[in-house]
Amino acid sequence: MSAALVPLAPLLLVAATAGLLIVLDLLPPREGKGHLGVVALAGVVAALAGALTLWGREGRAFGGMLLLDNFAVFLDVVICYAAALVLLLSMDYLRRNGMESGEYYILVLLATLGMMLMAQAADLIVIFLALELMSLSLYVLAGLFRGRLTSAESSMKYFLLGAFATGFFVYGIALIYGATGTTALDRIAAASGGLQRDPLLLIGFGLLLVGFGFKISSVPFHMWVPDVYEGAPTSVTALIATGSKAAGFAALLRVLFSTFKVAQPDWALLLWVVAVLTMTLGNVIAIAQSNLKRMLAYSSIAHVGYMLVGVVAGGALGAGGVLFYLLMYTFTTVGAFGAILLLERGRQEAVELDDYAGLAARHPLLALTLALFLLSLVGMPPTAGFAGKFYVFGAAIRSGYIWLAVIAVLNSAVAAYYYLRVVVYMYMREAEGVPTRPAPSFAGRLALGVALWGVFQLGLMPAPVLDLAQAAVAPLLR
Amino acid sequence: MVPESYYTALSAILFTIGVVGVLVRRNPLVIFMSIELMLNAANLALVAFGHRAGAADAQVLVFFIMTVAAAEVAVGLAIIVTIFRLQRRLSVDELSIMRW
Repeated sequence: MSAALVPLAPLLLVAATAGLLIVLDLLPPREGKGHLGVVALAGVVAALAGALTLWGREGRAFGGMLLLDNFAVFLDVVICYAAALVLLLSMDYLRRNGMESGEYYILVLLATLGMMLMAQAADLIVIFLALELMSLSLYVLAGLFRGRLTSAESSMKYFLLGAFATGFFVYGIALIYGATGTTALDRIAAASGGLQRDPLLLIGFGLLLVGFGFKISSVPFHMWVPDVYEGAPTSVTALIATGSKAAGFAALLRVLFSTFKVAQPDWALLLWVVAVLTMTLGNVIAIAQSNLKRMLAYSSIAHVGYMLVGVVAGGALGAGGVLFYLLMYTFTTVGAFGAILLLERGRQEAVELDDYAGLAARHPLLALTLALFLLSLVGMPPTAGFAGKFYVFGAAIRSGYIWLAVIAVLNSAVAAYYYLRVVVYMYMREAEGVPTRPAPSFAGRLALGVALWGVFQLGLMPAPVLDLAQAAVAPLLR
Repeated sequence: MVPESYYTALSAILFTIGVVGVLVRRNPLVIFMSIELMLNAANLALVAFGHRAGAADAQVLVFFIMTVAAAEVAVGLAIIVTIFRLQRRLSVDELSIMRW
């Protein structure tokens, strides 16, 4: 491989695997596409390993359009973890639902490629194209169960609102180009120093934030989240909740901290308000949910609020805390959705709260696993959730945002109610009717095991990973 | 020679029409057309700004946006057809099996 392509190695591995899958999909065996999942998984794991070996290297490619720094490597790793776990969970899940198809694995890889491109983009054009590659793949994946109206409806809602957000994003790019004459992130940073109050630049930046707000699902651009998460196939929901959020935060952090550094006091104030609204609304509405996927959707909105607390706090602690939070959130959320995905009642997926009554008596191990993921979402020590919240809220206090931290902690207390309610159902209620049982799936169990390992690794020994996260944001903050 | 600000103003008007269209119309196809209008407003602004800057990069970006818009049409129409097959009706008000 020529030296110029080294910074792109993880991207190329994923892209090449996607290409390989397109060919393999056409070859026999016709029935059964499980082998495609294995190939896809191998590609993503190879990209993960490749990204890890690139830690500490810096480089640019394609005339400065793409770059590689520790920040990109860290997020590539987060995204590859998310994709690998989702692929593991998907294999048996698709077969059980009779929707096993080669397209699924190809689209998951293309979405992953888009996410990683967002982390490595150094130009608004690339961010836009990567965002679209990711989004278009996810729109199709959300509608994968095409015989089910819920799936089609979720796909339609995701598509219409996502495309709407794209419109804002593109117009924002156009206005920023009008103000600065460039789309390269570093040159925008250089040019925007002189024209801080240029209305064209400010409106453009605002529209860009609207586009990002949709992708990371912050209030007031969160309306699509519950419907899409509920209706989409659960494995796809897990990917949307973790990977696409990580990618959105990757591009958002780079744009905020390295490109619009001059406006930091202004956007910090704006995001302060957005963070408070996002976590409060997410938590309050989650209380009223009886569908677990929908509850986790609102909970994911609340977690975006917590992550925005870290963005507001800024600096190595705040931004590094966000990266740590993204990694811990990926393990925890994929784990929680994975446990839901393995359970079925009758021929249906077990997504209602009642389906979980008395689960601990019959399937103690799975109930315990799900309970641990939920406790990590609450933020109980010694799980990863505690460390993540501790760092993010701590960073807010260090930066003088005492009230923001207070509101965030109060919100976490509210959140404990609806997470623990599921645990109460599993451990303290009697089961009624048809029993809920876990589907036999080695790959699914392996995914849950890896996610559980992540939750405890980050919970018991968070310091090394936090150091890495802080080293990762260093290139943005200089 | 028409001044550049005319183009910018026109693009802002088109963009606003697009946003309003998305918010008030009920037919997914019309909503989708409105989104296309938003994208093309951005294209117009980019071409005007690129002309002023005398550089080709904005024009190149326009081609990218047009390509992406075409891809969005392909995916979007497929989704709309799927919904229509299942429901035999086409209005975003009907898309309400999932609510809080």
